[in-house]
Amino acid sequence: MKYITINNRKVPLEGEKNLLSVIRKAGIDLPTFCYHSELSTYGACRMCVVEDDRGKVFASCSEVPKEGMVIYTNTPKLQHHRKLILELLLASHCRDCTTCRANGTCELQKLATQLGVDRVRFENTKEIQPLDTSSNCVVIDPNKCILCGDCVRTCEEIQGVGVLNFAYRGSKMRVMPAFNKQMSETDCVGCGQCRVVCPTGAITIKSNVHSVWEAIADKNKRVVVQIAPAVRVAIGDKFGIPKGENSLGKLAAALRRMGFDEIYDTNFGADLTVMEESKELVERLESGENLPLFTSCCPGWINFCEKKFPQFRKNISTCRSPQQMFGALIKEEARMNKEDTRETIVVSIMPCTAKKDEIVRPEHFTDGVQDVDFVLTTTEVTRMIQEGGIDLSRMPSESLDMPFGLASGSAAIFGVTGGVTEAVLRKLINSNKIEDLEQISFCGVRGVEGVKECTVQLGEREVRIAIVNGLKSAEEILLKLEKGEVHYDFVEVMACKRGCIAGGGQPTPIGPRTKQARYDGMYNIDKAAQIKLSNENPIVQSLYEGILKGKEHKLLHNEH
Amino acid sequence: MLDKSFYDKADEIIALHGATSSALIPIIQDIQSEYRYLPPELLVYVAKQIGITESKAFSVATFYENFSFEPKGKYVIKVCDGTACHVRKSTAILERLYAELGVSKEKPTTDDMMFTLETVSCLGACGLAPVLTVNDKVYPAMTPDAASELIRELRGA
Repeated sequence: MKYITINNRKVPLEGEKNLLSVIRKAGIDLPTFCYHSELSTYGACRMCVVEDDRGKVFASCSEVPKEGMVIYTNTPKLQHHRKLILELLLASHCRDCTTCRANGTCELQKLATQLGVDRVRFENTKEIQPLDTSSNCVVIDPNKCILCGDCVRTCEEIQGVGVLNFAYRGSKMRVMPAFNKQMSETDCVGCGQCRVVCPTGAITIKSNVHSVWEAIADKNKRVVVQIAPAVRVAIGDKFGIPKGENSLGKLAAALRRMGFDEIYDTNFGADLTVMEESKELVERLESGENLPLFTSCCPGWINFCEKKFPQFRKNISTCRSPQQMFGALIKEEARMNKEDTRETIVVSIMPCTAKKDEIVRPEHFTDGVQDVDFVLTTTEVTRMIQEGGIDLSRMPSESLDMPFGLASGSAAIFGVTGGVTEAVLRKLINSNKIEDLEQISFCGVRGVEGVKECTVQLGEREVRIAIVNGLKSAEEILLKLEKGEVHYDFVEVMACKRGCIAGGGQPTPIGPRTKQARYDGMYNIDKAAQIKLSNENPIVQSLYEGILKGKEHKLLHNEH
Repeated sequence: MLDKSFYDKADEIIALHGATSSALIPIIQDIQSEYRYLPPELLVYVAKQIGITESKAFSVATFYENFSFEPKGKYVIKVCDGTACHVRKSTAILERLYAELGVSKEKPTTDDMMFTLETVSCLGACGLAPVLTVNDKVYPAMTPDAASELIRELRGA
C-alpha cells in the first residue's frame, strides 16, 4: 500500500487529490482560509504550509501527495511562518472585533487565538472603504476582506453567477463587482453562498433583527412567525444541540418567550405549494404548453433565471413560494378578522438570504400590502435568541400553534434538493402506502449530485424529471434545454448545493459532516410525520373549502 | 451605449483572435490601440462574446496598468521613473511637464485631449536615462527644458 509519513506516522494514500486532505485524514486540522473541497484550489492564504524532510516549506492544499513523502506539520519553522503570515493578514484588516457581525464565528479571529498572535506589529495603512449595503440580502465590508477568494470562486464555480472578482493588483487589490458597481446593480441573485464561505466579517447577512424586536415590542401589532423547513435542523448549531437534530419544538418555546404572538410552520405553506404545483404540472402536461415546468420555491433560482435566461421565464411555475403563500394567507385571514384591531406583521424565519429579496418583489404585495414583512435568517434568529438571554438547549419542546402549524412529511423535505419533486410525486401518485412512498424515494429523487434525472410513470404518461442543485448546474441544464439536447417535463432547481439546509442564511461553518447531518435530519422529520402527503393535511383540505375558496389564484399564484 | 461602429470594430477584432476566453488580453489590447483607451462598454461586450463574466474581464483589465478606461490624449507621454532615471532627475522633468500641461497624477489628461502624462516604472532604456516616450517614440537624455521644447513642438505639429 502506498503511504506517506506525516509527523513520523505512516498514513496511507487513498487517491486524495492533495496533501492537505491526507493530513486532515490523519486527524491533523491544518488551518486554511482559502481551501474548500468543493472549490478549485487557490493556494493563496498559505496557512496550510508544511515542511518536508529537506526543510522545504510549501502549501499542502496545492501539493499532490506522492508516495514516500515525509511531512511535518508543526515544526518551529512552520509555527514561525504561520504566525507571521497571519500577522500580515491581520495587518491590513479592520480590527474592530467587538463590534463585528462575525465576532465569534470569524476564522481569522479563531486562528489568531489558536496560533498565539498576541500583537500585530504592523500599522494598518489601508484606506477605509465604504460598505456596500445596496443588496437586500448581504452587506459587503471591504475593510474586513483578506482576499482569500472563497466568495469569488463560490460565485463563479458553484453558482455560475460570477458577480464578484478580484480587481486591481498588489496593495490596491480588492474583491468587487465589475466597475465597482453596487451589488444591487449586478446580476447577484442573493443566494448568500459568498457569505457562507467568507471566513471573516467581509460578507455578512443584511440584518432585520432590530425591526423585528421593535414590531414585537409594539402592542398594536400582532406578530406572526413562520418557520421554514431547513431552519429546524440548523438552529441548534450554536447552542450545543447535535448537528441536524430537529429543534423545532425548542425554537417554538424560545420564540414564545421572545414575544412572538403566533408561531406557525412554513411547511404548511409548502403543503399548499404541493397542491398547486402538482395541479399546474398536470395542466401543463395536458396542454403541452411551457414545458418543462420549473419549480418556483427558490428565489435565488428565480433571480438567476430572470437575469440570465429570461427566455425561460414562462416555464417557471406561477405558484408562489411556500413563504409567500403563507404570508398572503395570513394577511388575508387578518383582513377578514374584523375583531382583532392589531396590525398583523408576518415574519419568516428562513435558511435563505434571497428570501429577503423575495418579499419586496412587486407581485408579493396584495392590495398594496406586503404579504411578508420581514425575513430573519436562521443566523439572525440565533442572535435574537442569544440577545434574549435564552439557552435554546434548555428549552422544553413546545408545539406550534394551530391551525397553520400542522404540516405533512412531504413539506418537511422541501429543505433538501429533490424534496419538492418527491412531495409533488407523492401527491400525484396519491398513495400513502409505505411501498409506494419508498418507490418514489428510490426513483432517483434523493441524493446530492448537481443534476439528477428520473422518469416516473403517471397514468399513461412517462414524466421526465430533472432535479438540479447549485446554479452552475442549473446553467448547464438550461443551455442544454436551449439547444434541444435534453427534454424534461419537470425541473426542480435549488440555488444552493444540497438545497436550503446549506442556504445562505444558515449558521456557519457548514462543513461536510454538518451538511450530511442536516440532510439526514430533514428526512428523519418526514419519517416521523404521521401525515405523509400534502393533500392529506386536514387543515389544507379545510382551507380550500374555506378562506381559499375562489381566491386560490389571488393568494397562491403570481401572474407572469 | 456606444455607437454601433464601436461594436462592429470589436466584432472584427474578436474574429481576428477567436472568441475564446484566452484571447481576452490580445482583444482588449487591440481595442485599446484602436481608441487609445478601453471603453468600459466594449469590455463588457467582449466578455459576453468570449464567454467570461464581466467581473473576470474587469479583474484582468485592472490588473494591468496598461489598460485605461479613461480616454487618453492624442499624445501619451510616459516619463520613466525607474531607478536609473530617478537618480538622473526624472522627477524634475515630470514636475515641469505637470506644470506645462496643467495636469496631475489624478487628472493625467489635458482638457483638449491632446496630452496624457503618465509615469512608468522602467522602460528598459536605462543607458539613455532620463528617458521618456511619446506614443512609443523614445526621447533619451531628457532635461526639463528639453521636455518643454518637446511639448511646444508637439503643440505646433
